[in-house]
Amino acid sequence: MITLENVTKTYAGETTIGPINVQIPSGGITSLVGPNGAGKSTVLTMMGRLMSPDSGRITVGGLDVAQAKSNEVAKTLAILRQENHFVTRLTVRQLIGFGRYPHSRGRLTVEDERHINEALEFLNLTALQDRYLDELSGGQRQRAYVAMVLAQDTEYVFLDEPLNNLDMSHSVQMMRQLRAAADDLGRTVIVVMHDINFASRYSDNILAMNDGQVTHFDTCADTMKSSVLTEIFGTSVRIIDDIDGPLAVYF
Amino acid sequence: MTKLSPTRPDGLVTSIGASKNPGLWSRTWPLLIGLMVTLSLIIASLFIGVYDLSSEGGREMFLITRVPRTLALILSGASMAVVGLIMQLMTQNRFVEPSTTGTIEWAGLGLILTYIFIPQPSLMLRMMVAIVFALIGTIIFFAFLQRVALKSSLVVPIVGLMLGAVVGAVSTFVALQAEMLQNLGIWFAGSFTGVTRGRYELLWIVAVTTIIVYFVADRFTVAGLGQEIATSVGLNYRAVMIVGISIVAITTGVVSVVVGSLPFLGLVVPNIVSMFRGDNLRTNLPWVVMVGIVVITLTDIIGRTIIMPFEIPVSMILGVLGATVFVYLIVRRGRRG
Ligand SMILES: Nc1ncnc2c1ncn2[C@@H]1O[C@H](COP(=O)(O)OP(=O)(O)O)[C@@H](O)[C@H]1O
Ligand SMILES: [Mg+2]
Repeated sequence: MITLENVTKTYAGETTIGPINVQIPSGGITSLVGPNGAGKSTVLTMMGRLMSPDSGRITVGGLDVAQAKSNEVAKTLAILRQENHFVTRLTVRQLIGFGRYPHSRGRLTVEDERHINEALEFLNLTALQDRYLDELSGGQRQRAYVAMVLAQDTEYVFLDEPLNNLDMSHSVQMMRQLRAAADDLGRTVIVVMHDINFASRYSDNILAMNDGQVTHFDTCADTMKSSVLTEIFGTSVRIIDDIDGPLAVYF
Repeated sequence: MTKLSPTRPDGLVTSIGASKNPGLWSRTWPLLIGLMVTLSLIIASLFIGVYDLSSEGGREMFLITRVPRTLALILSGASMAVVGLIMQLMTQNRFVEPSTTGTIEWAGLGLILTYIFIPQPSLMLRMMVAIVFALIGTIIFFAFLQRVALKSSLVVPIVGLMLGAVVGAVSTFVALQAEMLQNLGIWFAGSFTGVTRGRYELLWIVAVTTIIVYFVADRFTVAGLGQEIATSVGLNYRAVMIVGISIVAITTGVVSVVVGSLPFLGLVVPNIVSMFRGDNLRTNLPWVVMVGIVVITLTDIIGRTIIMPFEIPVSMILGVLGATVFVYLIVRRGRRG
């Protein structure tokens, strides 16, 4: 379980995020949605202890992320932010190997190699494992970073817009793989998403933010309603019932 | 789609893992060749010079000048190359090294001030002051870096070079006032000419710092993935930065005192190695060390022989080489977009 109690963050004295009070249950996929600038990345980054809130308390799996030892937290949660600009010249396999850092401190054991191979297979990167990261496309690199995060073998996995660089088929693949990570590996996945239809099709819960506040937190089924979505996104949204479930139409 | 069970029922490492392990031999022969090239250059360095070693007193001369000079080449070449690499990992910027961050110039300022305020300062004192000043300079540079959004941009080394230019100008002014301009000139033209027995031994300190780097190498590689990823995998990012900055300052300070300024070595070597072998510090360290030794020994031999019996300072040749590599890196980056 993830709990946020009275969490606030103020940027440069202007934009204020929070106070946020929310409890996200363990298991499954929870999507963070909302307009640009709503505060999704801020909240995810604070949950992943990459930034400390100005006030309030965040616990993930019972650990107070601000207080617990960094290495302890690294065995409980892994976070991946949007892509950074500098690309180290590591191979895909070496990168994923560093996902094992909390467990092995760099000296890979047979157990670590097993996790690395599984993560490679899981994201269809086995053929690319010896390629350098700076010789990959943005999408392939994105998959390599996700594989690294999964190899970290943490119960909680936080991803900020993992579909950013991916084409349609790889987006679908990525979401299926995250689904499998939740279902088969028992991970709790929190993911910031742009596309509400992707979010509703592949996740269990939707947490919507607007203007620094959590405005809605419910199951997908209860979120995919015209009135709810219109309020979340501030633009009129219709629902069409497809055979696989509801689809939001907003153009 | 590949599905994955949480634990493989057979509990075995997949065959991919096995096929990914090339034989011991195919991994070691490039290293052996590198080692042979390095050793032959070291031997060449020992036997090249004006003095005829077969004449009377040749043995003495060999021990007093050639051996210390060659050891100094090995120690400073290896350590400055390694320092360049850890700086590049810490800053996530390929263009960063002690001469593009002002670190070397700060050490120089420290040295000039020591000469002015203390008549005949001991080697130890000069070294301590150089290290402290290198530390101040490096901290200033890193503090600046914290305010830059795009860390991999060219703005970073440009500002570093400017910082260095300002500090260098202050040194020149101070030296001018104290009529010590010549000392400063000699210092900036880093050279191994005056490195003899009794004058190089401090360099063993950088052998120690280089060995320390080997033992904490993985931390620097992880830091090279950026503060966020490093934190996510549980690295104490601040501590790694503090250790790294200290190693940079100590190495630059010691080398500055014994040899003088050795610009661009830390830029050239890691970039060459990275091209062929990537950035995994621990497995690359032997290569960075070897290429560092090869580059500095070669430039020193060229400097010694090209206008024999006179010598061109190593720093001059390094400057030309460094500028070439610098431009090449920029052009290559432009092509990649
Ligand atoms: N480093 C920062 N400095 C100042 N303001 C920021 C910073 N990061 C984000 N913000 C502001 O905080 C708000 C929330 O940003 P963010 O969490 O990135 O939103 P989202 O991910 O939902 O698009 C925005 O208004 C944004 O402009
Ligand atoms: Mg965002």
